[in-house]
Amino acid sequence: MAATRELAQPERFFADRYGLTQSRLEGLLGVAAGRVDYADIFIEHQISEDFLLEDGVVKKASRTLSQGAGVRAQAGVRTGYAYTDDLALEHLELAARQAQAIAEHPSGSAVVAVPGRGRPHDLYRLTEPPVDAALARKVDLLRRIDTLARGSDPRVRQVIATLWSEEQVTLIATSEGWQVGDVRPLTRLNVTVVVDESGRREIGGYGGGGRVGFDFFLDAERWARFTREAVRQAILKLAAVNAPAGTMTVVLGPGWPGILLHEAVGHGLEGDFNRKEVSAFTGRLGQRVASELVTVVDDGTIPNRRGSLNVDDEGTPTGRTVLIERGILRGYMQDRLNARLLGMPLTGNGRRESFQHPPMPRMTNTFMLAGEDDPEEIIRSVSRGLYAVAFGGGQVDITNGKFVFSASEAYLVEDGRVTAPVKGATLIGSGPDVLTRVSRVGHDLAFDEGIGTCGKDGQSVPVGVGLPTIRIDGITVGGTEV
Amino acid sequence: MVDRLEDLLRRARAQGAVEADAFMVEEEIQTVQVRMGQIESLKHARENRCSLRIFTATGSASATSSDLSPPALGRLIDETVALARVTQRDEYSGLPAPETLAREVPELDLWDREGHRLTVEAKVEQARRAEAAALEADPRIRNSEGAEFYDRQARVAYAVSGGFAGQFRVSSFALSVTPVAADNGHMERDYWYSAARKLGELESPEAVGREAARRACRRLGARKQATAEVPVIFDPESAASLVRALAMAASGPSLYRGTSFLVGRLGEPLAPPSVTIVDDALRPHGLGSRPFDGEGLPSRRTVLLDRGVLQSYLLDTYSARKLGLRATGHAAREGGGGVTVGYTNLYLEPGPHAPEAIIRSVDRGLYVTELIGFGINFVTGDYSRGAVGYWIERGELAYPVEEITIAGNLREMYRGIEMIGRDLVFRDQTAAPTLKISRMTVAGH
Repeated sequence: MAATRELAQPERFFADRYGLTQSRLEGLLGVAAGRVDYADIFIEHQISEDFLLEDGVVKKASRTLSQGAGVRAQAGVRTGYAYTDDLALEHLELAARQAQAIAEHPSGSAVVAVPGRGRPHDLYRLTEPPVDAALARKVDLLRRIDTLARGSDPRVRQVIATLWSEEQVTLIATSEGWQVGDVRPLTRLNVTVVVDESGRREIGGYGGGGRVGFDFFLDAERWARFTREAVRQAILKLAAVNAPAGTMTVVLGPGWPGILLHEAVGHGLEGDFNRKEVSAFTGRLGQRVASELVTVVDDGTIPNRRGSLNVDDEGTPTGRTVLIERGILRGYMQDRLNARLLGMPLTGNGRRESFQHPPMPRMTNTFMLAGEDDPEEIIRSVSRGLYAVAFGGGQVDITNGKFVFSASEAYLVEDGRVTAPVKGATLIGSGPDVLTRVSRVGHDLAFDEGIGTCGKDGQSVPVGVGLPTIRIDGITVGGTEV
Repeated sequence: MVDRLEDLLRRARAQGAVEADAFMVEEEIQTVQVRMGQIESLKHARENRCSLRIFTATGSASATSSDLSPPALGRLIDETVALARVTQRDEYSGLPAPETLAREVPELDLWDREGHRLTVEAKVEQARRAEAAALEADPRIRNSEGAEFYDRQARVAYAVSGGFAGQFRVSSFALSVTPVAADNGHMERDYWYSAARKLGELESPEAVGREAARRACRRLGARKQATAEVPVIFDPESAASLVRALAMAASGPSLYRGTSFLVGRLGEPLAPPSVTIVDDALRPHGLGSRPFDGEGLPSRRTVLLDRGVLQSYLLDTYSARKLGLRATGHAAREGGGGVTVGYTNLYLEPGPHAPEAIIRSVDRGLYVTELIGFGINFVTGDYSRGAVGYWIERGELAYPVEEITIAGNLREMYRGIEMIGRDLVFRDQTAAPTLKISRMTVAGH
C-alpha cells in the first residue's frame, strides 16, 4: 500500500487534501457557534486493514477507508450533532448549520468555565505505522503462527489467526480557538485454536497489541508466545471440570482480570451517569467504597497502550485520574459537557468511536495499584475457592451496580493449592460492594496484553485494564456444580 | 446506484479481477434524545458506503470506502487488487453459480415513503410523551436515562459481475425509554421499546412508557437467591436470546471451523417435537426482511429446527461449499466488504400454553426477565450467564431476584424445553414465546 506519510501532520493533511485550513474551520465554527455555549468539529480519516488465516491459508483480506466530520453545538444540556462522510466544504457547512439549529434554543442552564488545557502528549511515535508494513510480511506472520500452532500439539485441528491494523488521523477545532491533531496507530493480533481429543472439542484464544507498529509482534517472538498460550488454554479446557456454583472466596490473577474494575466501578464513575444521578456511585464522592488496600486509577498517558491517547476525542490532553484512593471515592471521568454541567475539571476522558458519534465520558486504561502481598501467599491463604486468571467479556448495569464476567481460565483452590481447571465459571457481583471485600493485594501489578474493547451506547472504543493478584472474600460464582 | 456498481465491476475486471461483486448503501439517520422532558441531543447524518470484493486467479480481497469520489473509487480498486495478490484462493471461494442468483426482487414492503416526513418537532414530542408516560406511571419512577426516537432510511444496491443486479429501499423507526425506579435508596432501571419498518406500526408512546415503568418498578426490592437446581422459565425477551444462540451455533463459519456444538448434527433431534424454529427473510415488512441476500441469492423461508429436528444450517456460498451443502441465502454484508452469515426474521413457533399456566406449573423455580454477560461457549454449548427475574413459589411469582446466575448446556437446555407459551409477538428481528426449561443450576448465596 502506498505510504501516505502526509498523514503524519493532521493539520497539513486535511488542509492539502480537503482544503480544510485553519481559517475555513474557524469559519465553520463561527456558523456553529452562533448563539450556543460551545461548538467543535471533529474531522477523521481512518484506514483499517484486516487479514484472516484459517485452514492454513490467508484467505481474507480487506481494507476500509472511512472519513468524515462531526460538528457539535452545545447549549445547556442540549447537544446538536450532525455528521457527514463528505468532507467537501458545503457539506460541512450544512452539518454546522444543522448542529447549531438543533442546539440553539434558550436553555437557562449555568455555564461553568472549564479550566484550560495542557500540552498534548506524544505517546505513540512509531518508525513504521502498522498500516504501512508490507502486506507480504503480515501474511508471512500469520502463516508462521499456523505452522507453530499445528506443530505444537497433535490435537490442534483448526487455527484462526487475525491481524488488524488501523491508522486514525483526527483534527479537532473548537469555538474557543483550540485546534489539535492526532495520528493514532492501533494494531491487534489474535490467535484462536480448536483442539480435539477423541471427539471432545475445545477452543482457546490469545492475542494482544496496542498503539504500536507491526514489529511489536516480532519483538521477542511475541507472536509465538500468543500462539503457545492459545494452544495451552484450549488443551487445558479439555480437562476442565464443571465450575462450582455459589458464593466463595475468589483470587484474581494479575493483568486482564482487571476487567473486574472496568465493570464493577469504572462505568459507574463516568461523568454522564453521575450528572444524571443514575449511577450506583452517585453522590458518594469522599465516601468509602472499597477496602483501604484498594487504589484505582484511570490513566490515558501510558506510552503505546491500547487505551492511551495523546488527546481525547474533544482535544483535551489525557491525564491520570485517581478514582479510588485507599478505599475512598475520589473522582469521576469527564468529557466537556458533563464536566461543565457538574462544575468539575476535565480529565481527558471524552471519547468517541468515530466521527459518526458524539463523545461521551469513557475509560482509557483502568487499573489498581500494586499492594504488598506475595501472590503465592495469597493463594495459600484460601482454603476453598476459585483462582481466575483469564476472562472473556463482562457487562454491568450501572444503576444497580450489578456486574457479570465470564472466566475463560480458572481453577479450583483447595487447601491453599491450585488444583483442577474449571469451565463455565461466571462471576456476578455488586459494584459498590465487591471492592470492600478485597482482603489481599499482591505486589505484581500487570497490564493486559492489549485486547480490550469497551461498548457503551452502541459505541466501541479500545481500552486497557490492569490488576495485581487480589483476593476477594465472597463473590457469587455461577457454575453447574451445586 | 446499480449503474455505478456495474461500472466499478467493469473497471475491476479490467484490472485483473476474474469475477467481482459490489455493494452500496446510502442512508440517512436521525436520532432525537429527550431526558426529564428536555431535549438532550439531536443527531442527523447522511452516509454512503461502497464495498468491492474481487476474486483473481490466485486470491481474493475486499475493500470498503466512504469516499465515493472517482479518485477514491480508483484507489479502492487498486487496493483490492493489491490485497488479493497476497492472499490465497481456495477451491471453495468464489461467487454463487449464476443460475442460483435471484431473478427478481420481490416487493416486501420495507420502505415507508410517508413516515420519514415526520418533523423533528413531532419526533421530539413522541420521545417526550413516552418518557412522560413512564414518569407518571408510578411514584417510584423519579428519574430517567431518557427516551429516544430513531429513524433511518436507506437505499441498498448489489451487483455481481456478469449476473444479478438489484436494489431496494428500507425504513426503520424505533422509540425507546429507560426509566429509573427508586425505593429505599436503591435504584433499578429497565427499558422498553417499539421498533417497526412503518411509522404507523410503532406502539403508542404511552404504551412504551408505561411498560418501561412497569419493568423498572418490578425489579425493586430484589433479593439474592440460594443456590439450587430448579426449573427455569424464560420470558419472551430472554427466550429470544436462546433462539439467537442456536442460530449462532448453526451459522456456516462456526460449523466449518469446528467451533459449534451443532457440527455434524443435521437431521438429529435436538429438542422435543413441540419446538420449531424458522428464519423467514420474506416476512412482509419484517424488521429483518430483505428481498435478496448479500451475495444476490434469493431470500427464502428456512426451517432451522423442524419439530425438534435440526433441518438446516444458515449458510453463505463459501461455507456451504466447505460443508458440501447448498447456500441458504444467509450472506450478510451491510458493514464492511467481506461476507458474514446472519439471520433475518428468526422465531420459535408458539405452543399451546398461556404464560400464566406455565408459571403455575412450577412449584419452586426461576422466571427470567433479563440476562447479562457473555458466558456461552459455542464449541461445547456450555452456558453460564447473569440473570434477573422473579423467584417462583407454589406457582406464583413470589419476589424479584438479582445477582444470580443460571448455568447449563445449550444442548441439554433445548432438550429440556418442557412447555412453550402461545405469546409469540414480533417486536424485533428475533422473537420467541415464553419457554420453560425443566432444570438448570441457579447460583446465588
